[in-house]
Amino acid sequence: MTPGVFAYHRPNTVEEAVKLLGQFGDDGKVLAGGHSLVPMMKLRLAAPTHLIDINAVAGLHGIREDGDVIVIGAGTTQAEVLTSDLLRQKCPILPEATAQIADPQVRYCGTIGGNCANGDPGNDDPAVMVGLDARYVLRSGAGERQVAAREFYEGVYTTALAEDELLTEIHIPTPVTGTGMSYHKIKRKVGDYAIAAAAAILTMTDGRCTDAAVALTNVGDTPLLLPEAADAIKGTSVDDDAIAAAEQAAMAAANPAADLRGTVEYRTAMAGQMARRAIAEAASRAAGG
Amino acid sequence: MAAEKTTISLTVNGDAVTQEVEPRTLLIHFLREQLNLTGPHIGCETSHCGACTVDLNGRSVKSCTVFAVQADGGEVLTVEGLADGAELHPLQDGFYQEHGLQCGYCTPGMLTRAYRLLQENPNPTDEEIRIGLSGNLCRCTGYQNIVAAVRYAADKIAQAKGAN
Repeated sequence: MTPGVFAYHRPNTVEEAVKLLGQFGDDGKVLAGGHSLVPMMKLRLAAPTHLIDINAVAGLHGIREDGDVIVIGAGTTQAEVLTSDLLRQKCPILPEATAQIADPQVRYCGTIGGNCANGDPGNDDPAVMVGLDARYVLRSGAGERQVAAREFYEGVYTTALAEDELLTEIHIPTPVTGTGMSYHKIKRKVGDYAIAAAAAILTMTDGRCTDAAVALTNVGDTPLLLPEAADAIKGTSVDDDAIAAAEQAAMAAANPAADLRGTVEYRTAMAGQMARRAIAEAASRAAGG
Repeated sequence: MAAEKTTISLTVNGDAVTQEVEPRTLLIHFLREQLNLTGPHIGCETSHCGACTVDLNGRSVKSCTVFAVQADGGEVLTVEGLADGAELHPLQDGFYQEHGLQCGYCTPGMLTRAYRLLQENPNPTDEEIRIGLSGNLCRCTGYQNIVAAVRYAADKIAQAKGAN
């Protein structure tokens, strides 16, 4: 399988990259890790005539803390996320979820920005970002804007990202010390997308859950934030009854398609089960519980 | 639209190479068809099976999902570059000693992936070997002997280092 013909561009700066994006519009496509795009091009499901490789762009890599925000360059690879001491200490759900994406070879290439911006409901980072209430920095020739992850995802492969925009940074509010977080994913095999997966992030004070966010992967057209599940555990000790109520809320919100990964009933049940496990583990990991 | 070619220069198994490629030429096709390096195999063509794994700039990549132009200026290592003359690399010796292959189709990818794994983690546990090779599928062995082969190689490399 060989992709269709395209012209290859390798900008060195964000400015050059967004200029090319503005120039080519719908005919141009950003090449980051390429492990979603290139297979689509080989199958001729995607046929951009201009490919803009951002791997040489300086300033798109790296993970740093800026005040009370963790800033991750969109071109940071999943392998870099996995080995980041900063993330392991302050936002461990991200390395945890990343370890469950694809396989080692793919993670050397795959980028956090690609995973977040692609708009495939099977991608794992979006639910984590929605749970963490991250913000995406989008650049175009016209300037820069920020969009909350919770408002970014509109449908399958449809996001707030305009065709002349490049995702350059992800801003995550640094979780307060003692936040418990967990990502649980059930999949058929290494490298497959989730049958269902869930992210849970919560804080405990004096044995009570004071704040919580729960989000699901791949059981809807977009990542699903579950305020009802969060409400079910807030104010409780995250006991069995609260977790069962959150599980029910997750199953009520899940709207999976029947596919090779399972029936609607099975995938819905697994969404509940992943939410249950993620919440229980996040609570056990939280300080003050 | 005419396919315009571009010139790329890179190092492959230690040799400097300059060739013309179309931007859409995949690294696996470049290696196999233009350089006649047929060690990296084409398996699934969808970046699942790992048979096409090569080392690019110190990272294991599935060369069916990377364009040759992306390797411009880089360093590629294929299974052909593992042995030192007539002397097998410890990994190759390990696969031989531990019977880490049957049909052999996945073996070049297993070897190049295991090479990078041992560079990053010279003394992996069996579980780390399994996770490290989880992007490479084998339909013959059941993986037990592949894990044993990588373990053998890790021990042999450590012994050689200890002897020096």
